[in-house]
Amino acid sequence: MFRNQYDTDVTTWSPAGRLHQVEYAMEGVKQGSAAVGLKCKTHVVLASVNKASSELSSYQKKLFKIDENIGVAMAGIIADGRVLCKFMRSECIYHQFVFEAPLPVSRLVVQVADKAQVCTQRSWKRPYGVGLLVAGLDEAGPHLYYNCPSGNYYEYYAFAIGSRSQAAKTYLERRFETFKDCSRDELIRHALLAVKESLQDEELKSTNCGIAVVGADEDFHILDGETLQSFIDTLEDNKAEAKEAAPEDPASTSGGGEAGPSAGAAEEPPAEATPMDM
Amino acid sequence: MEHTIEAFKREESLGARHSGAAAASDGKIHIERTQYPYVTGSSVLGIKYKDGILLAADMAASYGSTKRYKSFQRLKPVGKHAVIGASGEMSDFQQISTMLDELTLRDQMWDDSNTLGPHEIHSYLNRIMYQRRNKFDPLWNNIILGGVKNGKKYLGVVSMIGVHFEDDHVATGFGQHLARPELRKQWRADMTLEEGVRLLEKCLLVLYYRDRSSINKYQIAKVTEEGVTISSPFAIETNWELEAFQNPTKNAEGSW
Repeated sequence: MFRNQYDTDVTTWSPAGRLHQVEYAMEGVKQGSAAVGLKCKTHVVLASVNKASSELSSYQKKLFKIDENIGVAMAGIIADGRVLCKFMRSECIYHQFVFEAPLPVSRLVVQVADKAQVCTQRSWKRPYGVGLLVAGLDEAGPHLYYNCPSGNYYEYYAFAIGSRSQAAKTYLERRFETFKDCSRDELIRHALLAVKESLQDEELKSTNCGIAVVGADEDFHILDGETLQSFIDTLEDNKAEAKEAAPEDPASTSGGGEAGPSAGAAEEPPAEATPMDM
Repeated sequence: MEHTIEAFKREESLGARHSGAAAASDGKIHIERTQYPYVTGSSVLGIKYKDGILLAADMAASYGSTKRYKSFQRLKPVGKHAVIGASGEMSDFQQISTMLDELTLRDQMWDDSNTLGPHEIHSYLNRIMYQRRNKFDPLWNNIILGGVKNGKKYLGVVSMIGVHFEDDHVATGFGQHLARPELRKQWRADMTLEEGVRLLEKCLLVLYYRDRSSINKYQIAKVTEEGVTISSPFAIETNWELEAFQNPTKNAEGSW
């Protein structure tokens, strides 16, 4: 993406019919550390790569519960994500109070998308710099949605966002047709393996990743450290199988998939957190 | 004169739409709230049966002791899955109907696969009735809401003070006293449509014999998974030669 004279305001169109500020906001999402989501017939699982700004600090939280049946994983400016979380929680609780029933995920996602769209059409605002993977259950079944800074929303069987997410996406693309018949635990394993693809020169530990689950008989909750570590340990047992299935060289795949300048940014050493995650 | 105009302007700015405001002789506004109903409907009955819900009500709207309106529809479908029936002040019922129409319209405008079920509508109604009660300006109705969604049957009541509950068979007004005992005796969960209608007709007949503000012109609403249908008006055969009606002043000499 090249700097040009039409990208100062979000309310300025370029002659090519593009809103560059909105596109830059979407770039911001790509700079954040990865988040992955996938669903089967009964459950939806979210996974995140957590970064710490230094050895002294804690790891950035990126998984949030919105209601008993809905949760999000985010990538990008987490502060923006937190504000959207607050909005989503209040919408859910309002619906519960008036109708004594959970807000359907598809409705919540549209409300978030409409809120994001407002920021793309006001000269005194900027788009939200965060991508949300919304996992939820309603009458129609399990859902996974992606809310984009542009104000668009998409439904997915499985998806990954953030830096080096292309590697995770490739993992998911090869297997997503098998996901719907997976069990809950198998789905969690797949999520961890997908997230693993987005790590570079880093061991998967319960401290640098997070998993959250929601199902018909299971309220949305984030797995605690011990449970998470035991899942990671079972991954180790099947390491050989995972290595075969994974793409040959994650670095080159992600480098090839993105435009010039941003690939350079993505190749930074993984131990350093990118600014957007703070 | 000036007092009245001033009072009227102040009333407007207060947005006192629901209540009547009158200027008293001292020029101060006295906001009057609903004290009593004017045009009223009598009982509504509701039962669950094998395939769904049945609601029944007569078509009278009385003005005090006069049977003023004899083709007033007191049963109304709400969305795809529910039907509502009300007794009490009919103008308030019409306002509630408008609110529910707006609610279901907004629900449709989302244009997604989600619809409001009977439970949600019941909850919404309850919030409205309770809120008005808190303002000491109630919507003077006793409402029955019945519906079927995803195979689940739902039958609930909301009163004018916001009391709400669900049950297998419900009634408002005189129906609570005259129909419920019969329903308690005869109701079964696996009744067919014919059995359900017959049971309701029996109760409606009792109400016609004994409730002064009822007329012999009824509608029955049926809700199943397929949707809502409200029957065209019908009457029930009466028999005034029953022994109970002979010599009506037997136990009360001098009355008529």
